[in-house]
Amino acid sequence: MSVASNTTAPDIETFHGSSLELKNLTMAYGDIDVLRNVSLTVAPGTTTCIIGPSGSGKSTLLRGVNRLHEPKSGDVLLAGESALQVKPDTLRRRIGMVFQHFNLFPDHTALENVALALWSVKGMSKAQAMERARRRLAEVGLAERADHRPRDLSGGQQQRVAIARALAMEPEVMLFDEATSALDPELVKGVLNLMAGLGKRGMTMLVVTHEMGFARKVADQVVFMDEGEVVEAGTPADLFDNPRSERLQRFLSEVL
Amino acid sequence: MDWLNTIIRTFFDFGAMAEVLPQLLGVGLLNTLIISVAATVLGVVLGMVIAVMGISPSKWLRVPARIYTDLFRGLPAILTILLIGQGFARFSQSVFGPSPYPLGIIALSLIASAYIGEIFRAGILSVDKGQGEACRALGMSYAKSMALVVVPQGVRRVLPALVNQFIAIVKDSSLVYFLGLLVSERELFRVGQDAAVLSGNLSPLVMAGIFYLVITVPLTHLVNYFDNRFRTGRRRPAAPSSGLKEVKELDAASPLITGSNT
Repeated sequence: MSVASNTTAPDIETFHGSSLELKNLTMAYGDIDVLRNVSLTVAPGTTTCIIGPSGSGKSTLLRGVNRLHEPKSGDVLLAGESALQVKPDTLRRRIGMVFQHFNLFPDHTALENVALALWSVKGMSKAQAMERARRRLAEVGLAERADHRPRDLSGGQQQRVAIARALAMEPEVMLFDEATSALDPELVKGVLNLMAGLGKRGMTMLVVTHEMGFARKVADQVVFMDEGEVVEAGTPADLFDNPRSERLQRFLSEVL
Repeated sequence: MDWLNTIIRTFFDFGAMAEVLPQLLGVGLLNTLIISVAATVLGVVLGMVIAVMGISPSKWLRVPARIYTDLFRGLPAILTILLIGQGFARFSQSVFGPSPYPLGIIALSLIASAYIGEIFRAGILSVDKGQGEACRALGMSYAKSMALVVVPQGVRRVLPALVNQFIAIVKDSSLVYFLGLLVSERELFRVGQDAAVLSGNLSPLVMAGIFYLVITVPLTHLVNYFDNRFRTGRRRPAAPSSGLKEVKELDAASPLITGSNT
């Protein structure tokens, strides 16, 4: 472990993202199937953006990947192995998730937010955990704000803490659930740039977003979902410039 | 003005009040506080167990917690105290000796735990679901996410309600006298009542009442104060600021960190 400095820009680290594959994934709330037979392949170190109208099952899909909601049928493969065969807690250590409303712990400082899972899940000593948390916060440009509580941070800063918190666990895949939807408009770009940076550094990312500009520019693959199904998937150019389905055409005409 | 004299002699006989004061202070107040604090501490511990059982995903924990709560909340306190105080007297004798004092405390804490359990349960359930989800998404177990994140937030929120419960316990502690306490074990009410028999008027009981009020009224106001503070938040008003400052800060950071190299 190298000696970290809190003041200068930290070393740029590359990630080793794993592949992620959904096979005929079906998810239900009660008797209602909200996700039907979704199949999707995300190559290691690539970014897949999921777009679609509200209620189309985008968030549910993310929650199926880390089993916050257990899939009804089908399979999720992380690095080629079934994610449904391991204990959920073990699986989630390998998958980071960022939420629309940040979900930071309000009674913890930014630093403690990042450090908590490091000592309580990874079993690091508290000193080690704090040390690593400090470095992660520096990476997202928040070294100076380490001792602030969430309520004293802007939405953009809170979301960057949340990203640092997820990254500190050294995940192989990152899930973003409308990470910028709750942000003030001027703060959106900072978070999106940070996410794009992660993608460039080799993280495998599955991003549910309403930011079409981001999807077009950063995504390796864009998936359009509607009514619990994948309607179209392909490169950003495929979907944004040559939408084939009528549903995607209509969706794009509404949001662009 | 005859009726006024009667009232004064009945309720405000200062001689009788002064006479009972040392006993109220030295014996009554002490015992009332010991009983109430002990019952509250036990009640909080038990109540937390009941609350955590009550929100458990397992029916085998939830249902017993529910029954326990319904039982002890549904019965009159005096009935519970008598049933436990007399029903377990022999058992208590072998453990604590002849005094019914410990059993009184236990009975009170069982009653209190049913109420405190509900207070904790409501507090824990009021914590945003996203908190638990964030924990689970980080790989924390259900138990850890509860213990480290969700429960502490829930408990902090219900501190005012807990103080209210303590006030209720202070008042209920007077019921323990039904079990027949030794002279040195008497709490405020019993001390006042014994003295009232001797003085032939109610002034000692009024004095005991004043002692209760001295404990409970400040606590009530403390609760209101906390309640207000929690509701309005501790946040001090801040000068107007600009989100653009944050944008500038980010731009100043290394472009490799923020990924904006294009």
